[in-house]
Amino acid sequence: MVRELGKLDFKGTWQYAAAPESTDHVQLGDRYDLFIDGDFVAPAAGKYFDTISPSTEKVLASVALSSNVDVDRAVKAARGACRVWGRMKPAERGKYIYRIARIIQERAREFAVIESMDGGKPIRESRDVDLPLVAAHFFYYAGWADKLEYAFPGKRPAPLGVAGQIIPWNFPLLMAAWKIAPALACGNTVVLKPAETTPLTALKLAEVIRDADVPPGVVNIVTGAGETGAAIVEHSDVDKIAFTGSTDVGRQIQKALAGTAKKYTLELGGKAANIIFEDAAIDQAVEGIVDGIFFNQGHVCCAGSRLLVQESVADEVLGKLKDRMETLIVGDPLDKNTDIGAINSPRQLEKIESYLALGRTEGAEMYQSSVAVPDTGYWCRPTLFTGVSQSNRVVQEEIFGPVLAVQTFRTMAEGIDKANNTPYGLSGGVWTDKGAKIFHMTQKIRAGVIWANTFNKFDPTSPFGGYKESGVGREGGLHGLDAYLSLG
Amino acid sequence: MDKDPRVSARHAGNDTAGATQKATRQAKPEAGARLTVAKTYKIYIGGKFPRTESGRYYPLRDKSGEVIANICSGSRKDFREAVVAARGGFANWSSTNAYLRGQILYRIAEMLEGRGQQFVAELVIQGVSKQRAATEVTATVDRLVYYAGWADKYQQVFSAVNPVASSHFNFSVLEPMGVISILAPEDSGLLGLVSNIAPAITGANTCVVLASTSMPLCAISFAEVLESSDVPPGVVNILTGSQDELAGQFASHMDVNAVIHAGSDGERIKEVQLLAANNIKRTIVRTQTSWVGETGQGPYFIKDTQETKTTWHPVGA
Amino acid sequence: MSIPATEFASRFPDLSRQMRVDQVGVEERVARFCKRSIKNQSKVQALSMALSMIDLTTLEGQDTPGKVRQLCQKALHLHDQLPGLPHVAAVCVYPTMVAVARQALAGHDIKVASVATAFPSGQSPLAAKLADIKMAVDSGADEIDMVISRSAFLQGNYARVFDEIGAVKEECGSAHLKVILETGELGTLDRVRRASVIAMHAGADFIKTSTGKIQPAATMPVTLVMLQAIRDFYYETDRLVGMKPAGGISKSKQAIQYLVMLREVLGERWLTPELFRFGASSLANDVLMQLQKQATGVYQSPDYFSKD
Repeated sequence: MVRELGKLDFKGTWQYAAAPESTDHVQLGDRYDLFIDGDFVAPAAGKYFDTISPSTEKVLASVALSSNVDVDRAVKAARGACRVWGRMKPAERGKYIYRIARIIQERAREFAVIESMDGGKPIRESRDVDLPLVAAHFFYYAGWADKLEYAFPGKRPAPLGVAGQIIPWNFPLLMAAWKIAPALACGNTVVLKPAETTPLTALKLAEVIRDADVPPGVVNIVTGAGETGAAIVEHSDVDKIAFTGSTDVGRQIQKALAGTAKKYTLELGGKAANIIFEDAAIDQAVEGIVDGIFFNQGHVCCAGSRLLVQESVADEVLGKLKDRMETLIVGDPLDKNTDIGAINSPRQLEKIESYLALGRTEGAEMYQSSVAVPDTGYWCRPTLFTGVSQSNRVVQEEIFGPVLAVQTFRTMAEGIDKANNTPYGLSGGVWTDKGAKIFHMTQKIRAGVIWANTFNKFDPTSPFGGYKESGVGREGGLHGLDAYLSLG
Repeated sequence: MDKDPRVSARHAGNDTAGATQKATRQAKPEAGARLTVAKTYKIYIGGKFPRTESGRYYPLRDKSGEVIANICSGSRKDFREAVVAARGGFANWSSTNAYLRGQILYRIAEMLEGRGQQFVAELVIQGVSKQRAATEVTATVDRLVYYAGWADKYQQVFSAVNPVASSHFNFSVLEPMGVISILAPEDSGLLGLVSNIAPAITGANTCVVLASTSMPLCAISFAEVLESSDVPPGVVNILTGSQDELAGQFASHMDVNAVIHAGSDGERIKEVQLLAANNIKRTIVRTQTSWVGETGQGPYFIKDTQETKTTWHPVGA
Repeated sequence: MSIPATEFASRFPDLSRQMRVDQVGVEERVARFCKRSIKNQSKVQALSMALSMIDLTTLEGQDTPGKVRQLCQKALHLHDQLPGLPHVAAVCVYPTMVAVARQALAGHDIKVASVATAFPSGQSPLAAKLADIKMAVDSGADEIDMVISRSAFLQGNYARVFDEIGAVKEECGSAHLKVILETGELGTLDRVRRASVIAMHAGADFIKTSTGKIQPAATMPVTLVMLQAIRDFYYETDRLVGMKPAGGISKSKQAIQYLVMLREVLGERWLTPELFRFGASSLANDVLMQLQKQATGVYQSPDYFSKD
């Protein structure tokens, strides 16, 4: 007598009361200018755009819209600062970066709140994942500043010059740290553009950099949309481009850089397989599936968005997953109990919803948890698509939302085959209790990061980056230095 | 590209029909002398030596304008077949253990050493001085020995155990990028060619190579060396033909993971980089003019052709 | 709630199909439960629920009828200054004290639980263990907290562990059987899971972490693994088995974290003293202080709450 799975009752009389994080300590201005050459300056054209909270749909602040003139000004400031920063004693450079790390640790709570307000991610994540990692990245790379020659045997590393950096909206401050920390440690100066829907924490970071007395022009932050990013990419006096975002834009950037001497790193899309074998620790695997696809609303390039589960345990895994999904709380990003926050923008929500419609049109079965979502703001319940195969677009394309495509496999060879049957190659998950199988799988999956019996873990010491159309180069760890040095 | 006067811009080759091929022949026949057997230069795909499917060839001429040999003018389809062969060979080659890969690299060196005189002669006939040709051949043998030694060492130099803060064991290793297309240097018919092939295959990649258009002879002879050196079929595939015609294919093919362009022509580099973006192909540009000595070798030549893979696993019970 | 042994066709479980447990994954999941922020009304609700789930315990060599009577008095009058409090679920004593407790709690709805089977070591012949139980049951125990034979378990003699539980279950008659795994002596979470499965298949009404005499006693990772085993057993058999973490839970904050875990693993149906207990001696007062604080807004001192 096997009971039907997915039947536990989570709708009882004991529900968690609202537990909102206080916003009292948050200092947010009405309007933010560009951070160029150590000062906040108005954009040349005097234009601004609003950044809104995706959970309340309210305007949080207005932010400068950079034109080519502003980008040029920022690049000039960065070029000027190369003289100071590139020639500074490396140990001293490192101390500035340590200082940034320390100030971030002090102001972590405030930054976490702003991150959740501006981007929609749950405070639990911005507080416990993003901010600690931001500080850790600066702390880690600070220590490399005076040790670079040990990283590349037989080489004499030297800074590249000016690094243009364009970052996405899913981990706004963390991506800024991923980009800025190694660039500075290697003696480069920076022009960074945060995403247009999440500019605030980068601008707050500018305050930290100023407060840390980092020399003017070493870090410049320009805000704007795609045109601003393009202006950075195309600027003739930029030596390196670091981009994190979609594969489509990455491709455009790679084309724009063809024939130039600019170095580049691209961290692009993914459609990672999370592979569950029958001999896995199933309960932990279910948790890994949840971490894999529902972390940060699924706005994660390395999300485990394709579940490949061995047929013999498929019913059990799915039943448990559905039960688990019922306990996920969707709502106010500032509530400490929220598991899944707001979808970052109306545009992204529209994209996700178009895939939900597409999946159903393709004949897939859609399952969503029954969780209540707020009336205002942009939300998506945790979603599964079952009854899909490799040929379904919801299996092939990156949705970038809390939407999991579920497939089954019978043999290990079939699992590997399906996992690799994608143009992407950023990450992959393997769940089995058998060590030999883990090593076999990690060798066979063509992806830059393999999480075995875990998922979506990050650390400043751990290189991150993709194979194939998931990008070029690595960020993080010793390997992440390569992108910011010329190796003479 | 065909700036070299030795190369005809035409590929139909009708004008050279019946021309004697000089590459393996010394002089005009004299009475009573034995007629030497001329070598037909074919291309190398999947361990076999087919003629180009296109049936086209171009005459390779010496300085005096005399035809040395008719060289296959490889086509897009030849390239496509070569990529299929390279992809087919990748699974096996990338799982061949490093020790064995090193031995195979060393075996190539042995076979090349044994046929050294043939390569010197081919270089000479393509216009290289005797002394330089001899130096180039020995340098090439030594280069292969050099990479044979790296096969089981570069991983140790470039991999890492990363001290993550959580309860996980985390390590990064290098893995081959996969199939690499190589536009070999135009002006170094043997050493430049091998200096690009050797690190790629030492690093467990498979490759499709376009030989120097103006100096293609050694490339095909080198393929014969590879064929007799325990290099599995598909690991190295060598085409001859026009870079003008094929560079775009080498850069744009969706099942090629990386493209190496050895040369400094800015327009060509741009073309390759632009088309490589189709599938976010890795582009490796090598602009050195000399392949001799340290500028032409090193573990970073291998590393250029590698992905870094990082694996996490919990540490617990 | 107790299922009579005669109605429960126990069978030895197929251990080859037992699911594996990954310790780090379990710890991460636990950390996430601990991050739930339980405030205001939901906190009062949780505290009150926790009180109602306590097995107020004294298991000392120095226990006397006097001490047990004091404990029962405390069980009946937790803190009369705060009206509307629930009472604890049970008092838990040694078999020799069952009669005393039974008498002190006469006419009340508080159960009498007794440890038995050569508690805490379990190192006695089965006949002695059964005699132990008979004594407790005959003296009026509603619930029996037995210990498994860790000696047999660690030797890999799972069948003996299973058979012993079965025999005890039969001896219990209508008394409710809680099976103590003594997880602190099992070594790994895989073994905790295995022991849980054996106990449930052998007829346990509850599975319980610890005697309280061995460190570590109850921990959240161990409890999570047991809750998941209970859930899977429910999926498989439709039977609802209870859970009792015991030892080491002395603060209300911990108790709330356990309840969060319970709620999110097993759901609403298990949020009842029928299916969840805290084995604890000092937890009650900390919960009372918290309830008082919620009512008054003022942080409390232990001096204002009777120890027993």
